[in-house]
This record gives sequence, C-alpha cells and structure tokens, in this order.
Amino acid sequence: MTLEEQMAALPPYALSMGMFVERIEAGAAVLAFDFSERVLGRPGFVHGGAISGLLEMAAFAALRAELARRGSLARIKPVNLSVEFMRGAGATRTFALGRVTRAGRRIANLSATAWQDDPAKPVASAWMNVLLAA
Amino acid sequence: MSADDPFAQLDWGSQAFDPEKIAALMCTRAHAAFLGMHYHAHGNDWIELALPWRADLAGVAETGVFASGPIISLLDNATSMSVWCRSGAFRPQATLDLRVDYMRAATRGATIIGRGECYQVKRSVAFVRGIAHDGDPADPVAHVAGTFMLTGPTP
Repeated sequence: MTLEEQMAALPPYALSMGMFVERIEAGAAVLAFDFSERVLGRPGFVHGGAISGLLEMAAFAALRAELARRGSLARIKPVNLSVEFMRGAGATRTFALGRVTRAGRRIANLSATAWQDDPAKPVASAWMNVLLAA
Repeated sequence: MSADDPFAQLDWGSQAFDPEKIAALMCTRAHAAFLGMHYHAHGNDWIELALPWRADLAGVAETGVFASGPIISLLDNATSMSVWCRSGAFRPQATLDLRVDYMRAATRGATIIGRGECYQVKRSVAFVRGIAHDGDPADPVAHVAGTFMLTGPTP
C-alpha cells in the first residue's frame, strides 16, 4: 500500500489524535504523532494510552498492507493486546512500526514498537491478536 | 509544565487524599480532557471514570464503534488512580505494562465506564485489574490487568 492509501485507511480516532503516516519503510507504514496537549500524560511526557493507541494503529497498518497483498477484504477485530513501557516518552515526535508475526485465515498475531529519537531505544512495545472477520 | 497546569496544584505529599477531587482535576487537562473523561465513582481500592461516546474517537468510520485506543487510555487512568485510592496518597508512578482483552465492540453512542481496582501495592510495584463496560458490568467490553512502577521516594 502507498503512503496515501495507508493514510486514507486511518480511522477517525487516529486522525483526531494527530496520527499520520510518516513514511513507508520496506513496504511498512511508519506512523507518528507530534507532542501536543492531546497526547500529554503526566507533565512533559506522552500518555501511555496515547502510545498504546499509536502502537495499535501501526500494527493494524502492517496487517492492512498484508491483507492488501493477499487481496483479502477481511475486517480487523481486536482480541487483545499487551503493552510494555520501557522509558518515558518526552516532548517530541513519537513513531511506531507494526509487524505481522503471522496472519492465518481467522487470526493474525501482530507486534509493534514505538520510539522517539532513536529506533534502537524503544519507548514501548506491544503484541496483539486480532480476528479476521469476513 | 505550565503554571496553570492543574498537575502543579496537586499536593504530592498530601495524606488527605480525595479521589473524586484528584480525578476531576486530572480530567480537566491533557489527554484525559481531550478524550472527555470524567469522574464516576470510587471506593477504598477502586475508581470508575466515564468516557462519553464521540464520533471522532471511532475505530471504524462506517460503524462509529469506539476505537480501542480511548478504552486503553480510560483503563490506564482508572487503574492508575486506583493505586492512589488503595494507598490513600498521591504518589508518582509510571505504567510498566497493561494487558487488555476485548470481549466485544462497545455499543455505538454509549458512555464507557472504566473501573480500575488496585489489588496489591508493594514497595516498588502496584498491581491492578479492571473492566470497561457500557452499562452492564456483567457484560464487559474489555478486561485489563497491569502493573505500575512507583517512581517516587519509598515512604
């Protein structure tokens, strides 16, 4: 999927939060949002829920690209996710990249990582499982 | 931190902790205010926050069903505040991890209640769980389990 196609697939929540497709890297969409009052948690740091939302949207973007490659029209229904926070995310742009660990007929296993200045120093990561509904 | 940030008004060392007052204050700022969260109820080790439905927080434009992001944020805040309810004091902490299971999609238009319960506080870590429902606690939208790191000086 192109950057424009990935951007068009973002739901109202993602756009309200100021999320955008920053670039396409090796076929995968890198999502991001800038630091703002909307994503602010404790003073000076991005809210963990906002980061979780970004991770989830990045994982879904990776899955959408995989479904598009297959020509699948399946809908994505979240089953669960687990988020780990490694370090405080400060007052700068936050990025996230999702990966498809496995996508079967009914279930897909996804993961995503979020970082700020250095991709090698993640601020949070998540795994999630989703149902693929016809 | 701006001078008018409600966070600056909080007395971090206060022994007289009022969950309703703290929750109401925290919902006037930043991410919680953007999502439209507000205080609902609390007890000795739990607190409930409410999140009214809004079309611009939908996860799918066509159905208007709540995205899961705002529900995670709601449960993050409710479980976080439940630690202060159980501790009886306001202490700095950071989310270590959160796991959320989604039972079903939330009903379009319904306010989501996020209930956070702190079931154990140790020296460095607080353990929490909770649910999100849209009217009937027996038919939850989501379950949450997580931990918080207590980042301040140990009392």
